[in-house]
Amino acid sequence: MSSYVITIGTVIALYAIAACGLNVIIGYAGQVSLGHAAFVGIGAYAAALLATKAALSFWAALPIVLAISAIFGLLLGLPSLRVRDDFLAITTIGINFIVEAVFNYVPFFGGALGIGGIPPIMLFGAKLKGLGFFYLCLFFLFIVLAVCWWFTRSWAGLACFALREEESAASSVGISPVRFKLLAFVVGTCMAGLSGALNAHYITFISATDFSFPFSILLMCMVVIGGMGALWGPVLGALILGALPEIFRPLVDYRILFYTVGLLLMIRFQPGGLLGENMIVRRIFARVFPGAK
Amino acid sequence: MELFFEQLLNGIAMGSIYALLTLGLALVYGILRILHVAHASVYTVGAYMGLLFYKLTGSLLIGAVGSMAACALLGIVIERFVYYPLLKYPPYVPLIGSIAVMLSIEELCRLIAGPDVLIFPAELPFPAIHLGTIHISSALMTIYGVTAVILVLLWTITSHTSLGVAMRATSQDMAIANAMGINTHSIISITFVIGSAIAGIAGILVGIYFNQVYPTMGYVPAYKTLALIVVGGLGSVPGAVVASLLLGVAETLLIGLAEIPLPRDALAFIAMIGVLMWRSEGLLGSR
Repeated sequence: MSSYVITIGTVIALYAIAACGLNVIIGYAGQVSLGHAAFVGIGAYAAALLATKAALSFWAALPIVLAISAIFGLLLGLPSLRVRDDFLAITTIGINFIVEAVFNYVPFFGGALGIGGIPPIMLFGAKLKGLGFFYLCLFFLFIVLAVCWWFTRSWAGLACFALREEESAASSVGISPVRFKLLAFVVGTCMAGLSGALNAHYITFISATDFSFPFSILLMCMVVIGGMGALWGPVLGALILGALPEIFRPLVDYRILFYTVGLLLMIRFQPGGLLGENMIVRRIFARVFPGAK
Repeated sequence: MELFFEQLLNGIAMGSIYALLTLGLALVYGILRILHVAHASVYTVGAYMGLLFYKLTGSLLIGAVGSMAACALLGIVIERFVYYPLLKYPPYVPLIGSIAVMLSIEELCRLIAGPDVLIFPAELPFPAIHLGTIHISSALMTIYGVTAVILVLLWTITSHTSLGVAMRATSQDMAIANAMGINTHSIISITFVIGSAIAGIAGILVGIYFNQVYPTMGYVPAYKTLALIVVGGLGSVPGAVVASLLLGVAETLLIGLAEIPLPRDALAFIAMIGVLMWRSEGLLGSR
């Protein structure tokens, strides 16, 4: 594989990890979060600070990064107990703007200059670069998918699905909205933090604008296009949105228009996404072969 | 003290512009329960169309009317083709649709008009006013005057005409309003026409005030106005106006005078999160 393909593959894998996290929050638990980039940013800054200021290795810092992400997920998931649906969406947009502003204005986080000189990840005494790093990302993506799969099969996942469909009915049969909504937030933000930490060590330089609201929209697009609540949905979304700009490189000026019109058409005609409920593939299949299930 | 008054006047102007924008959002939320993020892109289009008509004809009035017409048309198109078919889905579906519409229009503006900042060389037909040592520019006077006229007009329409009664009935209960013989779909369209035309005016006013028009001018207002309708109380038009004026003044005074090391754009969201946590019905909303 050429290094060009490896680079694109790595970026797609990092997108997919973050998008899977968003899928847990929005697809499984039905909590609309439009500030997911903020959590990716929290993970990235935590990893960058631990690596540059505390001189910890990636592996030693990883549990701390995940713990920090989980704590912020818990804290910033608290609004979801108080506000619902579209108001939660605005609140999370607000959280994204505030977190970006804090990274941008507080000198401890490097201010507008960001944090540079983050060392690459070491494994068995060798620097992980190129193909090695790509395999590491795939390994983490595999773990994330396994956690998602386990989540959908577990009691917690079923409780989240019930809350997503009908919160009052679910809580009347004893499912605590507080516990399971926060659980979904924590799981989702941990995945976002993991993606951020890997990204920080990969790019070796981060700044606040990398985690601004448009990145949240991009992650949201991946989940919507792939299919909310589907296990492979975010991966497919990340693959499509990660590979398209490379395929359409000659049309670089129209790229964002292409994305946004695509998102609009998707949400207008197929809100469930490519792999979501009532998926388009299955509908076409049913039309071509009536009677077949 | 002079500086304080000048900042206060600037703050009120900023607040008036926020109010004109937030108003449309509050009207739409009141009637459809949709967070109309794309409203800010209507405002961007309004600024561009105003500039275009002004340059073609040399008359600010024709510019304003042309921009209002273009925005009203755009508003109806968004309502008919995006929001109305999505009403049956959970609220986040139209919200995502709205964000997609906003980004698409922003990109179209960039591709058609170019990414550069255009200047708005408006010549206002009256001079600046001097009250003692305080200087009120003609741009500020225009903003105050236009905002006051629009607010009075809107208040008259909603409280003293049968159209206003129909609008309020539709926002209270669309099914019952329909049963009473109100054509709710056309009421929804009229609401979009009114809100979008006002957004067009806001676009021109911003263009004149800052003397610049650019594709991403709607980016921050899009989300700030969301925060404002929450602070004001959902779907409450008076609440939205009060919250906008307060935010305009607070931003200008706090950032301009107190030199708080905080980005001014985060203030609206901090206020919003505070309101959501402690008084979720907003400043003037009812439970």
